[in-house]
Amino acid sequence: MSILVNKRTKVICQGITGSAGAFHTKQCLDYGTRMVGGTTPGKGGQKDPNGLPIFDTVRQAVHATSATASMIFVPPPFAADAIMEAADAGIRVIVAITEGIPVLDMVKVKAYLRDKPKSVLIGPNCPGIITPGECKIGIMPGYIHIPAKQSKAGKKVGIISRSGTLTYEAVWQCSSRGIAQTTCVGIGGDPVKGLNFIDLLDLFNRDNDTDAIILIGEIGGSDEENAAHFINQYVKKPVVAFIAGRTAPPGRRMGHAGAIISGGEGSAQSKIAALRDAGITVADSPANIGQSVANALGVTIS
Amino acid sequence: MKIHEYQARQILSENGIPVPAAEVVRSPEEAGVAYKKLNSPMCVVKAQVYAGGRGKAGFVKLVRSADEARAAAKFMLGNRMVSPQTGPEGVSVSVLLVAPGVNIAHEYYLGVTVDRGRNTATMIASAQGGVEIEEVARKTPEKLLKEPLHPLIGLQGFQARDIAYRLGFKDKLAGEAAKLMMNLCKVFLKTDASLAEINPLVVSKEGQLLAIDAKINFDDNAMFRHPEIQAMADESQEKPLDVRARKADLNYIALDGTIGCLVNGAGLAMSTMDIIKLHGAEPANFLDVGGSVTPEGAIEAFRIILSDSKVKGILVNIFGGIAKCDTIASALVTAGREVGFKVPVVVRLEGTNVDRAREILDDAKGELPTLTTATDLTDAAKKVVAAVG
Repeated sequence: MSILVNKRTKVICQGITGSAGAFHTKQCLDYGTRMVGGTTPGKGGQKDPNGLPIFDTVRQAVHATSATASMIFVPPPFAADAIMEAADAGIRVIVAITEGIPVLDMVKVKAYLRDKPKSVLIGPNCPGIITPGECKIGIMPGYIHIPAKQSKAGKKVGIISRSGTLTYEAVWQCSSRGIAQTTCVGIGGDPVKGLNFIDLLDLFNRDNDTDAIILIGEIGGSDEENAAHFINQYVKKPVVAFIAGRTAPPGRRMGHAGAIISGGEGSAQSKIAALRDAGITVADSPANIGQSVANALGVTIS
Repeated sequence: MKIHEYQARQILSENGIPVPAAEVVRSPEEAGVAYKKLNSPMCVVKAQVYAGGRGKAGFVKLVRSADEARAAAKFMLGNRMVSPQTGPEGVSVSVLLVAPGVNIAHEYYLGVTVDRGRNTATMIASAQGGVEIEEVARKTPEKLLKEPLHPLIGLQGFQARDIAYRLGFKDKLAGEAAKLMMNLCKVFLKTDASLAEINPLVVSKEGQLLAIDAKINFDDNAMFRHPEIQAMADESQEKPLDVRARKADLNYIALDGTIGCLVNGAGLAMSTMDIIKLHGAEPANFLDVGGSVTPEGAIEAFRIILSDSKVKGILVNIFGGIAKCDTIASALVTAGREVGFKVPVVVRLEGTNVDRAREILDDAKGELPTLTTATDLTDAAKKVVAAVG
């Protein structure tokens, strides 16, 4: 089992003829994702170098391929429009990789998506989502992951993260301890975004295959505090957390648009305290995320 | 992105918000002329800088004659302003605002920013103006009024009137205050601001509503559609290294420690700073080189890190995904040859093509004697902390 995407998920790429879109379409195909086509307005009717059909609109692509997921590499000025186009065409899982979308565009997108309850948005400014061995929609390196069925330790985690490479770090630490992953979701580093910790905690909590959950947060906002409250109330599985940015100075944006301590809100200390108060294990060091999960699941490394 | 107060006042004024007349000056002589022109017994001379803490630093002065105006201007234009927000090196001052004194009856705070929890912009108002709003938020949160803007149609009249009455405005002034709030929200949305603030908004003893100080920050990601705002940017207000880093597409923030960091990805870069601290030292910077590390990018990143004289060692932490480790290792070696590593450099690489990367670094050890490799994050942190003593 897994959440949101699996081996049956048919995926299109919006922006398939751009350099990043074309490169990652190939990467996802090579990983085994069922890529079925893509869109670039004005290039409908052509084929990409992998022989995938290109359409002018997402509606045409969905009609022809029955795709239910989309990977968006459209440049920032047009990305909000692309997300709404995907939702309007009935795409269920919209994964927006694009970094640098204006925040007020995302405010409008969120309002628009309220009328599209069947669609979920992951990102923007995120690495994407992967169900190892089945479906990779995004820019993460596939080979560091272990599919649930191949777990040497017999245990599987679900991962939710605001970061990219820090997620790879956590995945790697789990994989090298024989702990597999059901699904890993990068929710992105922007202040206004699609699925958040709570939505995904709920999905992983109900996924029978997921034994434990890793939550990787960072400074900015109060989503981790809200997640701590939710975990305390509803989550029955072990949760291991890590919060990046304990040494970040207030008032400075640390790379991600959403990673800033401002107005007395968003410090790592506040998030760590909220998580610990809720009984959640918080790794002190980014090097100890995998070991903390192993401890929580009783996995010993041979 | 930030702009100066005088530019923010200009934007507000163009959008129907009452701002008292003022003069923008660039020399002591102009300040004296401005004082006479404003024809007010008391004026205020304010340094135009991005950083806060002007008042305490002596860069906001009340003047009662043209001579005093000239003297205040001479001091401000001839000295760098140092405040807790600027760091010890301070910032240069080249523009001043001379504004007439206002007889203040009451001060208010008005601001618009994005509320992440609600996923929309929110108007924040308080009847306690003129003080730091964070202070009000911490001590008396109940005195802070918040009203969300509808994501598609913005602040509505009934919301603005509601805030105005709750702030204590009455009669004609309540209507004027509500209109001003709606205009401030329109400015926020129209300019893709991240913060639009009037602090204080005052009612003068003559019963006039006036925006006395204004601050507008903008969403960097939206500046592609606002060339007129981009043109207002004043590079002299930024640290030279920040400007260099931005031009090289690097996310760089200088800190106070001794260990420079070069990392790919913002989350991993923050974690790398954290692990340095965890092992007993302090990071000298945050630096995210981004997803695709080029030799040019790596060289510039090393130059920027090494131009900070506090740096006694460097930790390179790369998790190669799409960016391959061997490419990065080659870039590191090239950078080392170009820049010359005078301090210990500990390199931790993991991910795609890591074995080939380790060979490249091993081969280069002869010419780069200060370079060491680490097996994992903890090992890397320990090694670099030990190396700087």
